[in-house]
Amino acid sequence: MKKAIHFRMIEGSSLGYGALLAVFGAMIALGLGATYYMEHNGHWVTGMTNKVIWGTPHVFAVFLIVAASGALNVASIASAFNRAAYKPMARLSALLAITLLVGGLAVLVLDLGRPDRLIVAMTYYNFKSIFAWNIYLYTGFMAIVGIYIWVMMDNSVRKYYKAAGIAAFIWRLALTTGTGSIFGFLVARQAYDAAIMAPMFIIMSFSFGLAVFLLVLMASMNWTGRPIGDRILNRLKNLQGVFVAAVLYFAVAYHLTNLYATEHHGIERFILVDGGIYTQLFWIGQVLVGGIIPLALLFSPLARSRAVIALAAILVIVGGMAQMYVIIIGGQAYPLVMFPGMEVSSAFQDGTVAEYSPSLPEVLLGLGGVGIALAATTFALKVLPFLPASLADADIDPHHKPEAAAETSAEAA
Amino acid sequence: MTVSRREFLSIGAAATAGAAIAPGISLIDLAQAKSPEEAVTAAQRWGLLIDTNKCNKGCTACVDACHTENGIDHEQLKGSEATKPHWIRKVEVKDPNTGFEHSLPVMCQHCQEPPCVDVCPTGASFKRDDGIVLVDRHICIGCRYCMMACPYKARSFEHEDITDQKEHAPRGKGTVESCTLCVHKVDRGDGTTACAEACEEEGHRAILFGDLNDPKSEIARTVRAKATRRIREDLNLDNSVRYIGI
Repeated sequence: MKKAIHFRMIEGSSLGYGALLAVFGAMIALGLGATYYMEHNGHWVTGMTNKVIWGTPHVFAVFLIVAASGALNVASIASAFNRAAYKPMARLSALLAITLLVGGLAVLVLDLGRPDRLIVAMTYYNFKSIFAWNIYLYTGFMAIVGIYIWVMMDNSVRKYYKAAGIAAFIWRLALTTGTGSIFGFLVARQAYDAAIMAPMFIIMSFSFGLAVFLLVLMASMNWTGRPIGDRILNRLKNLQGVFVAAVLYFAVAYHLTNLYATEHHGIERFILVDGGIYTQLFWIGQVLVGGIIPLALLFSPLARSRAVIALAAILVIVGGMAQMYVIIIGGQAYPLVMFPGMEVSSAFQDGTVAEYSPSLPEVLLGLGGVGIALAATTFALKVLPFLPASLADADIDPHHKPEAAAETSAEAA
Repeated sequence: MTVSRREFLSIGAAATAGAAIAPGISLIDLAQAKSPEEAVTAAQRWGLLIDTNKCNKGCTACVDACHTENGIDHEQLKGSEATKPHWIRKVEVKDPNTGFEHSLPVMCQHCQEPPCVDVCPTGASFKRDDGIVLVDRHICIGCRYCMMACPYKARSFEHEDITDQKEHAPRGKGTVESCTLCVHKVDRGDGTTACAEACEEEGHRAILFGDLNDPKSEIARTVRAKATRRIREDLNLDNSVRYIGI
């Protein structure tokens, strides 16, 4: 017989809960302070320039937005792909999808030159702009995932569960395609202008989103004394491993394609060989820390330790941020090629690599977005039943036998 | 005086043709002599022709004139060179294989298929019917996507507060700006831009402004007679700024 899944709100009266909210609140306050400082003085007080147009806030924002759609994976696996074992985690997955998106969008909006004109962005549309599409894709995503959560929580509308799940899954694919296309459609720049950007962003979202989900799941279950079974954790960590490998594969495909075309040798040399910080971030950050090490950890016997799984997830996030930095800032630091094959110079630093280093206000604004996402999640867990009472093997799988779980982990190892 | 039948017919034919064409010619003339109150139409297509053979390395008369005309004062600004606005800049180009060097000004290329207009979420970036690409500073939200999309690095984000603005060139912190092709001068009927004027005064005559749609204009006649190119022609953006010698 199928067991009913129990969801329970977290109590949220402990000192730890208060402290957690206080930390996130402080992050938000610092982020808002940084915004005020940047908007009051103008962007010249940041590291951003007319050459590196989008800076650290955009690294955070795009990471959060990409992770948001990926955080929905677990819910999609449960509803769109009928995997019952993932069902108890679907609500948290959908919640994170919304909160991460809100955090990312907040950073994006607060970095605008004129954030006070947000209403203009909502009332004037140029439908040839991917940004304009994204305004609909993002707000639509929040609405659809909101409905999805409602359908999951309210038994009277239960019959729409599958439909809402499929709609949310399709929408998240469109959303990440839109995010990747922000860069993919930029014909002017050597590092972008590539159709692979959209699918690459989708696979990045799978990986980064699951890593964030894993950490939030493990933390929230542990801190509220709720069990997580080895079996489900094993499945999730194996899935994470596959996604990490897929991100690496896309990086290889992207760079190999570029390496074949002579016109792209300049940018490839810059990223892969002599780009200084960007080369280091690519090889050490993206490939080693964010790819090879977590991959090795997740598929090694070490992954029997939950701490190692958590460490791998953290590394995936660190590597993901490095990857975003290389794509967004590295792509701009490399000079625009206006005269192929020529040496150029000007008072506006044509032909030279743009200088950029993240300024404190930019980092604080980015962290403010993370604070918004995590504070909203923490608060939501208290007011609505998002978190399952138990993810113990016996509770989520009626056919569970303890030996089977042991076998699964042995196989994975 | 006697007129033969043949002569009569040819005079008649010429007169008829003249009568048929004359109103057309006068219409074209009228269209070109647009009063400032009239709406902008596609009858004109304003553009620049830059002859790099005449452009002197080290001369920045066009840049200086642009700054004066549009109230851009680098001295007044606190940021670095990279945060200051560059509506027009002199670029030195050298062929490493041959050693050939030349110098040319680069500004907004006023593309007829402008990527900045495509990507602008609010429509603040727009192209006028006469081909001039502008930013509506009232609905620009400062997202800078247009700057990411521009292949010419022609746009600047206003990184700080500006004082002493020119009435005809309103600018504002937090919005994006670029060469307006001296739209205020064009609409006033000056028939030139600050950069072209300054280049002429220097005696270089490297920058020629005019209506590419007017077959009689100097710019239209020159681009018809000489080989000209656009920067990054591979993108096929149909720029209104053309170059000789690149």
